[in-house]
Amino acid sequence: MKRHLLESADLDRADATLVLDTAAQIDAALAGREVKKLPTLRGRTVVNLFFEDSTRTRISFELAAKRLSADVINFSAKGSSVSKGESLKDTALTLEAMGSDAIVVRHHASGAPHRLATWVRGSVVNAGDGTHEHPTQALLDAYTIRQRLGRLEGVRVAIVGDVLHSRVARSNVRLLATLGAEVTLVAPPTLLPVGVGSWPAEVSYDLDAVLPKADVVMMLRVQAERMNASFFPSAREYSRRYGLDARRMGALGDEAIVMHPGPMNRGMEIAAEVADSVRSTIVEQVGNGVSVRMAVLYLLLGGNEPA
Amino acid sequence: MSYLIKGARPYGEDAADILVEDGRIAAVGESLSAAGAEVVDGAGLVALPGLVDLHTHLREPGREDAETVETGSRAAALGGYTAVHAMANTDPVADTAGVVEQVWRLGRDAGLVDVVPVGAVTVGLRGERLAELGAMADSAARVRVFSDDGHCVSDPALMRRALEYVKALDGVVAQHAEEPRLTAGAQMHEGDRSARLGLTGWPAAAEEAIIARDVLLAGHVGARLHVCHVSTSGSVEILRWAKGRGVQVTAEVTPHHLLLTDECAESYDPVFKVNPPLRTDADVEALRVGLAEGVIDAVATDHAPHAVEDKETEWASARPGMLGLEQALSVVVATMVETGLLDWRGVADRMSARPAAIGRLDGHGRRLAPGEPANLLLLDPGTRAAVDPAALASRSRNSPYAGRELPGRVVATFLRGEATVLDGKATR
Amino acid sequence: MASSPEPARGDAPSPSALLSAADVTRVVDRMSHQLIERAAASGHAAASDGGLADLVLVGIPTRGAPLARRLAARIEAFAGSPIDVGTVDITLYRDDLRMRGVRTLEETVLPERGIDGRLVVLVDDVLYSGRSVRAALDALRDLGRPRAVQLAVLVDRGHRELPIRADYVGKNLPTSRSQSVKVRLAEVDGVDEVLVTEGPA
Repeated sequence: MKRHLLESADLDRADATLVLDTAAQIDAALAGREVKKLPTLRGRTVVNLFFEDSTRTRISFELAAKRLSADVINFSAKGSSVSKGESLKDTALTLEAMGSDAIVVRHHASGAPHRLATWVRGSVVNAGDGTHEHPTQALLDAYTIRQRLGRLEGVRVAIVGDVLHSRVARSNVRLLATLGAEVTLVAPPTLLPVGVGSWPAEVSYDLDAVLPKADVVMMLRVQAERMNASFFPSAREYSRRYGLDARRMGALGDEAIVMHPGPMNRGMEIAAEVADSVRSTIVEQVGNGVSVRMAVLYLLLGGNEPA
Repeated sequence: MSYLIKGARPYGEDAADILVEDGRIAAVGESLSAAGAEVVDGAGLVALPGLVDLHTHLREPGREDAETVETGSRAAALGGYTAVHAMANTDPVADTAGVVEQVWRLGRDAGLVDVVPVGAVTVGLRGERLAELGAMADSAARVRVFSDDGHCVSDPALMRRALEYVKALDGVVAQHAEEPRLTAGAQMHEGDRSARLGLTGWPAAAEEAIIARDVLLAGHVGARLHVCHVSTSGSVEILRWAKGRGVQVTAEVTPHHLLLTDECAESYDPVFKVNPPLRTDADVEALRVGLAEGVIDAVATDHAPHAVEDKETEWASARPGMLGLEQALSVVVATMVETGLLDWRGVADRMSARPAAIGRLDGHGRRLAPGEPANLLLLDPGTRAAVDPAALASRSRNSPYAGRELPGRVVATFLRGEATVLDGKATR
Repeated sequence: MASSPEPARGDAPSPSALLSAADVTRVVDRMSHQLIERAAASGHAAASDGGLADLVLVGIPTRGAPLARRLAARIEAFAGSPIDVGTVDITLYRDDLRMRGVRTLEETVLPERGIDGRLVVLVDDVLYSGRSVRAALDALRDLGRPRAVQLAVLVDRGHRELPIRADYVGKNLPTSRSQSVKVRLAEVDGVDEVLVTEGPA
């Protein structure tokens, strides 16, 4: 493993598999226990540095660190005067001077974790940067798929929605390809980046054509505001062409599962009856997020000298 | 003060002595001697006319923490320049006779290069109404180049009026070609890399669309148009087409667009963030060919100093721009001379004669010949050294060439017969 | 990362082996008998099965796990009653991760009846500093509350760094710190033997 987890490309197949296997072992070790806590990272300090609101991701990382007995500091820069990059560097150096061993960073700017990694000695974990990547989300998605379907090799995954602005999509495309899955991106052309042709994924504009062949359908959050910039004409039209409703769910194979990284726009990209169906892994994904993040923190921090 | 330069090679050709007296080149020939003249050993050095930059940001007034007219002038002299055009996007904006005269005087006081102010096309660079172009042209600064650089004059009707109006001033509008509606939030060249890096793309079409529009307008009203920092192969094609039709259009390319590509963005280090952005290998190739062919007339630095806090940030928050004055000639040597695309006369044409002509600078861009103003530089073309930003004369450190080995070292620069650089060091 | 197990060397014992395959079998048998006796002694006097139903053998991976299974099989063969077996991975409980680096986690499996109120015998291949055993004790504490915990090891090589001793020892093997002791088991290494080599492990 590299010292940092900044993007899915930091993980080769062996590393990615190690993370998933470690998460599975942690899951098994903690299953049914009253004391869901391990002493592994006692005396280590993990800082959650969040420049963007994301309660669920922060809580997931916080729980993961606490279950490994690390000390956790939550630093929310949102709304404070910290918004420019100079402050990102100052903040990083301050946190380092306080003895942080790992910084989990969420930032609105793509590449901010990469910059941070050049300024600190400890490990940096990207918890979502702009429209770039969110590698632990991809890991928990891969973990969830493997748990449900028993494998990743050859699994056909359709990622549907606002790929252009989605860090979840970028991380998943790369990681799933590394792990041998076959990814198809489904979106209106306006929500696919120029250059998507160089990604290790197929591209389709037609959800109905893709669904019957998919083992996994991953729905991305689509913000209704995008229609104001003419990415699509209206929420209704988007939903009609690219939303996953009960009728479309009927086109899926028997074993196929439906995923969503959350938070969902029920009625926009996903219908309530789909989100709440037995195919949906949405609740499992949340729980798996903690195990996968424990595995990442353990693998990044377990072996390093403290900063 | 007079100088006798012994054994330098004018335009890289046969060695000759050059005698500089009273601000002029007094003689060029073999075995010259002159009593009282300081002898400069020119053995192995290439003599070229002093370089002229059409596009420099000196930051004064307003951001003296990033650069001043004096520090920028020193950087220019060290780069072999004898004249630089100072862009108008200062604070306050150079959109009045008062501001352009202030910049012009600061340059004259520094005395290292001729600082030629560029006037803003529109008031406050806001793209709404014309600034007092005539007043700036008539001022002591004698402004001939007008530009809203940093912003595109995107309103087609306003652009047409600006092109027409400057005809009366023998002026030229230097357009920053960027359709703003296509580049909202743009961070880097739009392509495979921007898609992967999650940085908003700056499509080539946003530049090409404006150039295409503007050459049509310039042709229609019979005005001179200059296109700043051309960065795409498509732009080169449009310029070739327009020139073929007789449109009075000229264009410049920056050293960084001749050398660097969007691959630099992979590090997310904002020292490589610039506007227009670094493009692809194919664009770099087309720009080099365009410059060799003359479709692109000039190399212009777009020297853009920025304070540390404006660059040591996450990519999206960083200001665009990079230093260029001190390495421009080296980059041209590496990309154009060593590749065989230009000879030294070609370098003199693209970096001195043509930019001087575009800016209507009579005393610059002249030949190395007796009687001409003694604006010249001596280059040691064989030296190769890694660029050390800490050693630069600029007040800022945002050089994209840090650590990169480049050929060529300016040994001396003369401005109207006075040495501004000797032994590779600024004289003042 | 963890050092991977030595590659299997085939069936032939190494010339320097301190215990051969036959020795290992004999030692395991003897330990099984001791376990039967002691379990009976420590168990509830009234228990009809000699206290063996109370007994859980918990192996510490990697080689403690197959060792525990072997002991259980031998006890069943000798005493006639099946013995519960489990494994407890101690990686996440180690206090020396910083020195040794991360390693691949192994399974933690407990018998269906759990360990509460039972006699747990931890099983490991080599007892050395005692740090693995302490980590295992910490792990057990999070997994349940045994009536008592004992320790069985195939080899005790000395040099304890903690006040820990084994209740069942297959072979005491005095060594120097500069030596390393390698236990190989057929399930993991393809061969049963115990080696002592010069140079740190």
